[in-house]
Amino acid sequence: MSLLDYFKISKASSAVLAKERLQILVAHERSSRNQPSYLPQLQKELLEVVRKYINVGQDAISVNFEQDDEQETLELNIVLPDIHAKNS
Amino acid sequence: MARIIVVTSGKGGVGKTTTSAAIAMGLAKKGHKTAVIDFDVGLRNLDLIMGCERRVVYDFINVINGEATLNQALIRDKNCNQLYILPASQTRDKDALSQEGVGKILEDLAKDFKYIVCDSPAGIEKGAHLAMYYADDAFVVTNPEVSSVRDSDRMLGILSSKSRRAEQNQEPIKEYLLLTRYSPERVKLGEMLSVDDVQEILSLHLLGVIPESKSVLNASNSGLPVILDEKSDAGQAYIDIVARYLGEDRPHRFIDDKKGFFGKLFNRSK
Ligand SMILES: Nc1ncnc2c1ncn2[C@@H]1O[C@H](COP(=O)(O)OP(=O)(O)OP(=O)(O)O)[C@@H](O)[C@H]1O
Ligand SMILES: [Mg+2]
Repeated sequence: MSLLDYFKISKASSAVLAKERLQILVAHERSSRNQPSYLPQLQKELLEVVRKYINVGQDAISVNFEQDDEQETLELNIVLPDIHAKNS
Repeated sequence: MARIIVVTSGKGGVGKTTTSAAIAMGLAKKGHKTAVIDFDVGLRNLDLIMGCERRVVYDFINVINGEATLNQALIRDKNCNQLYILPASQTRDKDALSQEGVGKILEDLAKDFKYIVCDSPAGIEKGAHLAMYYADDAFVVTNPEVSSVRDSDRMLGILSSKSRRAEQNQEPIKEYLLLTRYSPERVKLGEMLSVDDVQEILSLHLLGVIPESKSVLNASNSGLPVILDEKSDAGQAYIDIVARYLGEDRPHRFIDDKKGFFGKLFNRSK
């Protein structure tokens, strides 16, 4: 084995991959950990109310909870069905 | 004031019992009266690692149920008279543990001991929950491996939300990272997460790195905590960890590949 090979070893190693995967996973799990426990229930009930009036799919509603030093925000997103699709 | 330390991880088999035995012995050898409690009800092992398995008469559950006194159940270590072991029950299951029962025992121990080390079972069920509930400090034992790091992070979430300190809005549990079974050679080859990687992901204060070492199996074979093997790398790593925990400033060791550049070249060409 040459000296040159010695320096090339760690390129795109499996440890780099492990680190990247963990960083994404841990960030995701931490943000969902800080969410209030009522969130899934809230999402379910909101969906029921909206569906009384508009025919939306199961995943049309997303509720996001965010927290920073100053405030907590609850972001509600309802994707309405495509108008053109409805008319056709 | 007694200090309650939980040795925890989430994931099984990462080195909690090895670590509990080592640091309890290390603290006791520094002259601090220390008790180490096995919370792994149904799967006790600390007695074996401490070499006192034949002296177990009563256990943790007997004391909780009032079938024995704390003094009857505590086993004095044969190598260090400042160290006592409270074994887990082998015949009962985890439901025999109750929050009040554990709280009462810890309160009684705190009158007489300086440090109380709680060896947590794996998982996040009742045993693990009770082991960490009353803690002041948490030693989070992690292997440089994806599932262990993830489970450690999960455990950090539990420590900061489900402990007594969290529930009573007290100062949070102090959390420390103990990275065990570390192989600097494999890190260098890019096959294993490095200390820096793990610290960056978990953002925890590093108390020490324990290398993957044959001395750990030797120690458990003979029922002596590995910290007593002062010539071994793992033994020295645990000695450093205890010193750092007690406030000494010691540089980290066992992080870099022992073999120098030329040693490595030589090794590879063999
Ligand atoms: N630094 C090390 N080097 C080599 N082997 C080790 C090291 N630390 C622990 N081990 C080995 O790993 C195995 C598991 O260790 P240990 O019983 O301490 O883990 P644990 O976290 O308590 O497991 P459990 O979750 O089952 O309670 C044992 O066989 C032990 O000898
Ligand atoms: Mg164990």
